[in-house]
Amino acid sequence: MKGITKQFPGVLANDHVDLEIEPGKIHALLGENGAGKTTLMNILSGRYRPDEGEIVIGPKSVRFNSPKDALRWGIGMVYQHFMLIPNQTVAENLILGLDAPRFLLRRSKMKIEVERVGKSYSLSLAPDLFIDELSLGQQQRVEILKLLYRNVEILILDEPTAVLTPPEIDELFRTLKSIVRKGKAVIFITHKLEEVMEIADRITILRKGRVVANLLPEEVESRSELARLMVGREVVLKVDKAPVPLREIVLELRDCSGMDARGHLAFQHISFAVRRGEIFAIVGVAGNGQSELVSAITGLRPMRTGEVLLLGRSTGRGVPVPLESIGFIPEDRMGMGSLPNLDLVDNLLLTSYSRYCKGGLFNKEPLKKGLEGLLSRFGVVAPKIDVMARQLSGGNLQKLILARELSKDPRLLIAEQPTHGLDIGATEEIWKELIKQRESAGLLLISGDLREVLSLSDRIGVIFRGRLMDILSAEDVNRIGEIGPMMAGVKKGREDEGSL
Amino acid sequence: MKVVFERRLAPSKTASWVGLGVSIILALFMGSVIFLSVGANPLRAYGVMLLGAFGSLYDLSEVLVKAIPLMLCGLAVAVSAKIHIWNIGGEGQLALGGMGAAAVALFFAPHLPSFMAISLMVVAGFFAGGLWASIAGYLKAKMEVNEILTSLMLNYVAIYWMENLYFGPWKDPMGMGFPGTAIFPQSAWLPRFPETRVHLGLAFGIAAAIVLQWAFSRTRWGYEVRVIGENPKAARYAGIPISRHILWAMFLSGGLAGLAGLAEVSGIHYRLQQGLAVGYGYIGIIVAWLSRLHPMGIILGAIFLASILVGGDQLQSVMHLPSSVGLVLEGTLLFFVLGSDFLSRYRIKFIM
Repeated sequence: MKGITKQFPGVLANDHVDLEIEPGKIHALLGENGAGKTTLMNILSGRYRPDEGEIVIGPKSVRFNSPKDALRWGIGMVYQHFMLIPNQTVAENLILGLDAPRFLLRRSKMKIEVERVGKSYSLSLAPDLFIDELSLGQQQRVEILKLLYRNVEILILDEPTAVLTPPEIDELFRTLKSIVRKGKAVIFITHKLEEVMEIADRITILRKGRVVANLLPEEVESRSELARLMVGREVVLKVDKAPVPLREIVLELRDCSGMDARGHLAFQHISFAVRRGEIFAIVGVAGNGQSELVSAITGLRPMRTGEVLLLGRSTGRGVPVPLESIGFIPEDRMGMGSLPNLDLVDNLLLTSYSRYCKGGLFNKEPLKKGLEGLLSRFGVVAPKIDVMARQLSGGNLQKLILARELSKDPRLLIAEQPTHGLDIGATEEIWKELIKQRESAGLLLISGDLREVLSLSDRIGVIFRGRLMDILSAEDVNRIGEIGPMMAGVKKGREDEGSL
Repeated sequence: MKVVFERRLAPSKTASWVGLGVSIILALFMGSVIFLSVGANPLRAYGVMLLGAFGSLYDLSEVLVKAIPLMLCGLAVAVSAKIHIWNIGGEGQLALGGMGAAAVALFFAPHLPSFMAISLMVVAGFFAGGLWASIAGYLKAKMEVNEILTSLMLNYVAIYWMENLYFGPWKDPMGMGFPGTAIFPQSAWLPRFPETRVHLGLAFGIAAAIVLQWAFSRTRWGYEVRVIGENPKAARYAGIPISRHILWAMFLSGGLAGLAGLAEVSGIHYRLQQGLAVGYGYIGIIVAWLSRLHPMGIILGAIFLASILVGGDQLQSVMHLPSSVGLVLEGTLLFFVLGSDFLSRYRIKFIM
């Protein structure tokens, strides 16, 4: 790729980027969120067209008008959000979008094909299983297989480890290594330094749309050097935590269980209590029941069994809890936490408007001044208060939601993946606010980011397949190392006690 | 050269209004093609329409007469659309409103003073239309049945029910076979402005628009409806009772369409008869979207579309063209107006 430039309204996503991909190598593309990694790869895989620059394969300069064009040239991408049809089988998904067969599907032949391709890369998959029966790790394997079946020479993976457990990550890495052994190239998009050091043969670092470094792993002196290149400054990421006296219990769960949207048991036998003055974290890989748990606590879905005491009141019957007295930062900040096409005033009042209603009347005009102050206090960068929420960047939107939830002075704050997908600057600011909130509230933090959990929390519960594996104190230094394995379901020498 | 559509960061207000203007011009242009295809001179046809609608004070008053049901039906559509519900059942709710009002007029009004009779008819018309729409509202709120289908299907039920009444039990015994009820007693007639057919219903329409405009911007209900319409998930997160709001919005929407029915029977026809359900419920959809769901804008939108209807009638008498040309024009207009929304969300770029 030579001189690739791509401009989006308001952002220069790629600024004259050069990138060389060699066969038989795993190439890591490292950068923060918004650095332009995904855009660059979307150009290579034919989803976007560059404003400037060219793609050269061998001696030829090529132009792709669609992902299908790119596939014809042997370039395929596995997106972060899988493009699979849930109610079709593995085999049916595999032939999706192929030109052949034109009319008749020969199921038996399809099956044999799936097994043949799978075997040659030691990717075992049952062709008859439906996609929605598979774990995310298995679905990812289908995506990879789909591309191998199309004989790609360059395989692009966008943050492939985000949804995987540690053992699944190891398996993915083995698969990728066997793919490059066959002379194919792999491009691996990530912002995780450990992964880069583990499998990359070459490293390209992007920052603000430009290439800032091109390295071999041997040349990297330390991880912090990579971090500095990626962020462009020294990264501290340490938060000062003054001890705060513990006060009353604000949230208590007693032996709770609940279902997911499809009616399967999502979590069971969950018991814990959160006190004012502490941050209690539930850490786990996405998809282990934690989002269903939060939905049940906040009343968005019913609990199946067990008891929830929220600020002393019994809840959990599937009636959304009033958010006047508690703060709740939901995981899905665009889809649930905000009103993308309404202005910031409407967004800031979403969970607190009822306190400004007099009878049935509600006038937001006189509130504007105060809300502008709130925005600047939380460092939300917005041109005007009457722009739409979707015009804000992810970090600013999250700060807005935080401002809204904290402005209620809640005694309980539930923060679900509060920094997911944010850059390091925004992450730092949000962490500071959460720590500060500990002085007046109890916090329930749900996160998949172990680093975040370790920097913020006082106590940590590890969730795996819907069960709390254990709860440990953040000061129990000897046992911190057990958290990672526990997230993958491995519990050292304590099986006899069973889970809580 | 290539044309590329690029998504705008925020929908542009300017582009939205420019789009509206462009779509009206395009609709008029398409109309010209239609006039040419039936061998009429488009310029002359538009001239006739313009003169027919605004040529004299009386013509203008006739435009207002038609604008009354359009206004109320347009507001009906807007109320439901704000909460993201498509009420296509305005026509049936209008019929029910007419039936409710007729029941009061035929069976109670003879014994009541005019003020009482009319007040009772307003209530009956509103409730009849509202409850009829609530059938679709209930099914949507409680069982997630698609309201577009149910509200549309209920139109047929309502209109056949109405026909059954004036062909059967409510038929005028002295009507010599004319399909309709007996003439209402005078106490059930809405007062008219002198020398015209413009009646009190105009005040209902304007008052409803003002109240709704205020309610959308200055009440708790307005905020909650806005939130639900924009993002139901966020509404649920904020603890807003969505089902209850859908039920109320549908009731209110049907009630407004019902008022249109009341206005027609007791302001124009003075009886329940064939010719009540002539499509105001559907044209109301165009009025609402043309006015971008702004209640005050709906007053103007209703007058605009009424003038096309009245002008279209003139085409029949002056140029012997079918009066349905007016309806064709309105359909074309909706087509372009909905299409022009695209302009406010996308920017068109020309690449050499």
